Amino acid sequence: MIQFIFKSIGQRIVLLFFISIISHAIVHLAPGEPSLVDPSNPRMKAEDIQRIRTAFHLDEPLYAQYVYWMKDLFTAELKSFKDNQPVLEKIWDRFLNSLPLFIVGTLITWFLAFPVGIQAALRRGSVFDKMGTFLSYALISIPGFFLSYICIIFMVKTFNVPVIGMRTFGLENAGLMLRSMDRVWHWTLPAFMSAVAGVAILSRYVRSQMLEVINQDYIRTARAKGLSEDTVIYRHGLRNALLPFITMFGLTIPGLIGGSVIFETIFAWPGMGRLGFEAILARDFPVILTLNFISAVLVLIGTFMSDILYAVVDPRIKI
Amino acid sequence: MNETEDTQSIEGLKPAVSLFEERWNIFKLNHLAYFSFIFLIFLFVLALMGKALTRWFVVFDPQLVRLPEKFLPPLTPFTSEIVSAEYAPMFNIYLLGTDELGRDIFARMLEGTSISLTVGFVAVSISIFLGIFFGGIAGFYGRLKFGFITIDTMIMRFVDIMLCFPTFFLILTVVALLPPSIYNIMIVIGLTSWMGTARFVRAEFLALRELDYVAAARSQAIPEWRIIFIHMVPNAIAPVLVSATIGVATAILTESSLSFLGFGVQPPDATWGNILADGKQFIFDAPWITFIPGFSILFVVLAFNLCGEGLREAFNPRLKEGI
Repeated sequence: MIQFIFKSIGQRIVLLFFISIISHAIVHLAPGEPSLVDPSNPRMKAEDIQRIRTAFHLDEPLYAQYVYWMKDLFTAELKSFKDNQPVLEKIWDRFLNSLPLFIVGTLITWFLAFPVGIQAALRRGSVFDKMGTFLSYALISIPGFFLSYICIIFMVKTFNVPVIGMRTFGLENAGLMLRSMDRVWHWTLPAFMSAVAGVAILSRYVRSQMLEVINQDYIRTARAKGLSEDTVIYRHGLRNALLPFITMFGLTIPGLIGGSVIFETIFAWPGMGRLGFEAILARDFPVILTLNFISAVLVLIGTFMSDILYAVVDPRIKI
Repeated sequence: MNETEDTQSIEGLKPAVSLFEERWNIFKLNHLAYFSFIFLIFLFVLALMGKALTRWFVVFDPQLVRLPEKFLPPLTPFTSEIVSAEYAPMFNIYLLGTDELGRDIFARMLEGTSISLTVGFVAVSISIFLGIFFGGIAGFYGRLKFGFITIDTMIMRFVDIMLCFPTFFLILTVVALLPPSIYNIMIVIGLTSWMGTARFVRAEFLALRELDYVAAARSQAIPEWRIIFIHMVPNAIAPVLVSATIGVATAILTESSLSFLGFGVQPPDATWGNILADGKQFIFDAPWITFIPGFSILFVVLAFNLCGEGLREAFNPRLKEGI
């Protein structure tokens, strides 16, 4: 077990190294430089551009730039091109904004997907099952931003509540009750939107897993023993159907960055996805690269955790 | 091929239904998928017609600006006295209304249909080609050593690396840095989505390469590229076809998201994504500009997804019966 852990950590570090090289190459080889963001600015003269290029080491060969980036990243001295703020601090601030949204979204996903999926499996072929199947396809197919707009119009017109941003300006001195309700309203839509696709996909997986499990012999045995239907389904069936979802859980972690660009842009939520979007617009290479790096780390941590948990939960798997 | 069929029919061994017919019958049983399939064929015809009517002999001009006619709701008849009659829309009616510049949304949607579908299909073709190529090589030549690691390990590690990138963020980065063009979008979407196909093809090839017909082909000294692409790929194509159908749906969605963020196909070309993105500012005054492309995207992507699911069932009937 210890050997397996060390080996997989080692493999992942090698992968991470290649990922960082590739992403660095992609970002630097693509045309468009930080010094060219604002070409129409009359105050930008040729010598200014040259100064920027020297300051950001843009004239040096690629591998030297890579070494600078890596060195600065690991000594935590990496500065953003845009405003000269430390990158890690910037990302941490945004991470703290994204995290609650991600947690609420994940909770909604898992608490909705499991009951729906299990019910659909138990009543296979019923109207509920067919509706669920169709609805989950519809939810996967609808463009997220379009659904968000429909929901924004609906929420604003029906409940007359604010939904854009993290909080309403000018409520700082209001009572605790008012402030927390304001926060909740601002949370509801973004969290639901980021959960929608997850619910649709996960409930299909839960359904097919449950269907596979309830046809097994040990379920028939449990029924034959005269156990109550709830015990059969939830203690004997669900427990075994749960195994693959450990993997799924590990794979949702990187959604923290990638999946949230659009929703954070629409809802003006100052999170990591939006930070990445702004960095792309400003050609802020250190921020783009570091976000990419962090999300790769999150993916690798996710797969690592799911490997380990799998081995811990399922004794049939020997490492 | 013909020879085999002839001998089969002479000896009375010809199967009652061919493999294709059998799959097709299963596919038809899934009404949603069958209906989606017909809808998609209708859509292709529409896209071709749209391309022809907006580009080659112009009946609808999607870029025609009629400022006095802006924000007309759908089904408004053309009655303007300011705009001259030669600029009137087809049939003298704005079927889907007009936008903020008085452009006919029906014409723009027609133009967008072909562009959106092209983006989807070209992107998926690139990804399938790459997937089959890498997956095929990894599966077929897997055991060959290249230095100290096998080719299989090398390619599959590369797939792992590609899978670690946050796809949408990567696409956004590259598309934003490159000069905006529809070709860049197709290529980037294609280059970032081939990993699934490569995995499927490799898995199929690992099983196929042990089969007798591959050994037979080898014994006849057929060149290896022929064995791979002519003999083995058709046998491994089923899961690829399914994931391609769903891939088209994903590509259309990605393109519309990019257009929505302003990095997609640039004006004056119209795609569903940028009609929607333009319309969102007027969502309270002219909701149809947002809703028409939004629901079109929804229906088309849904049709592709359902069709892909139907294909999956047809190729793998156990899914339907067993479970």
